[in-house]
Amino acid sequence: MLNKQRILIIGAGIAGLATAGALAGNGFEVVVAEKENQTGGHTRKWDRLFPSRRPGEEVVGYLENNLNGVTDIKFGVTVTGVIRNEAGFLVQFSDNTSTTADALVVATGFQVFDAHIKEEYGYGIYENVITSADLEALFREGKRLTTSEGKHPSRVGLIHCVGSRDEKVGNLYCSKVCCATGVKQAIEIREQLPECEVFSFYMDLRMYDRHFEELYFEAQQQWGVNFIRGRLSECSENPDHTLLLKTEDTLTGRPLRMNVDMLVLLVGFIPAPGTREIAEMAGLQVGSDGFLNSLDEHFNDNATTVPGIFITGAVKGPTTVVNAIADARATAQQITSWLKTGH
Amino acid sequence: MKDFGFNVQPDFAIDFDRNDKRITEYLAIHEPSLNLCIGCGSCTGTCTAGHFTPFNIRQLHTLLRRGETSRLKPEIKKCMFCGKCQLVCPRGVNLRNVILRLNRAIERIG
Repeated sequence: MLNKQRILIIGAGIAGLATAGALAGNGFEVVVAEKENQTGGHTRKWDRLFPSRRPGEEVVGYLENNLNGVTDIKFGVTVTGVIRNEAGFLVQFSDNTSTTADALVVATGFQVFDAHIKEEYGYGIYENVITSADLEALFREGKRLTTSEGKHPSRVGLIHCVGSRDEKVGNLYCSKVCCATGVKQAIEIREQLPECEVFSFYMDLRMYDRHFEELYFEAQQQWGVNFIRGRLSECSENPDHTLLLKTEDTLTGRPLRMNVDMLVLLVGFIPAPGTREIAEMAGLQVGSDGFLNSLDEHFNDNATTVPGIFITGAVKGPTTVVNAIADARATAQQITSWLKTGH
Repeated sequence: MKDFGFNVQPDFAIDFDRNDKRITEYLAIHEPSLNLCIGCGSCTGTCTAGHFTPFNIRQLHTLLRRGETSRLKPEIKKCMFCGKCQLVCPRGVNLRNVILRLNRAIERIG
């Protein structure tokens, strides 16, 4: 086939990789641009995924093995310019190279909420306060959970909704993945340290997807995880570096205080730093939450107001790994249809 | 003693670390299904005793989990053992045994 149509995918996380593989399988030439020096984005760094607890790396490996011949992945580059012309698009990169493309896919994903912003929780101030991402990194290195004093904690608190459902930090939305992550991590802490008590502080447990509720059930029945309904108001450090938590136990209607040895903050999603820049360069619509808007959430959820530019995965808002891959495949189908028929 | 016209209010907050959690621990061993409670309130909504008195088994249980047992002894006597709570519980908690065991724990621990 002469003059294969070329598609540029910005971002080689799971959404970008899955879109690339599906489009290459449909016979298109695919170029991928990635700002990091490896594929897989956050999923590669995540030790295990809920609810099956499959290693994140295994998912990335599968997508890499199913790229259907895509070899042109530019690492360590960001997009510096998007020019639309009669032939399609001319995209410029930070290394002064450029490429032409018939269609673009923005798959720039997300970043985790910076927990320093919730100052009252003490991240970056108290040594025994970590995030869910820190905990995954620790699990991935095969290390055991240890306090700053080098001891195994005898009580750990998990705080849901950090940076999510919180007007104070400007994020009104639910990040969708933290509830299941928190319950998974509670189980994993109990597995690793059977003597350690685990308390989860939640507003609602949104165990909405298949097998999530079963995970919650397992955490209660098999692992004795304690759930307290109430959002953490403040955390302060004791002289021995343990942490005093203050919350309302909303099911008893009374304030509650409790000391823990370590605190894990379940950080939510925020848009990736490069998303807004690309949106401005390409003329895409940014939603009030900072994630990108599609043309129509029901009927055209991967196309944008700019013909030929598509969006996929967590660039559209918080999503699970399962849904990001499904969305990527839908995107590939939509682009294939658009390139062949013009709609 | 001179009356200054004010007094010291007792602490209303639940002090989890100081509270006595022996009854909770006893229940966790003898009726582990109680750990499955999700605080939905189905039990209290259907409770025969709760419709005529301020008896609230869901709240009583939650307080118990935090080691708050002061109201337990007088409150638990209001249960008429009809078992409707157990019929409606979506998590399959064996509430009749919970009440039985609670009475036993109160006898033993006080």
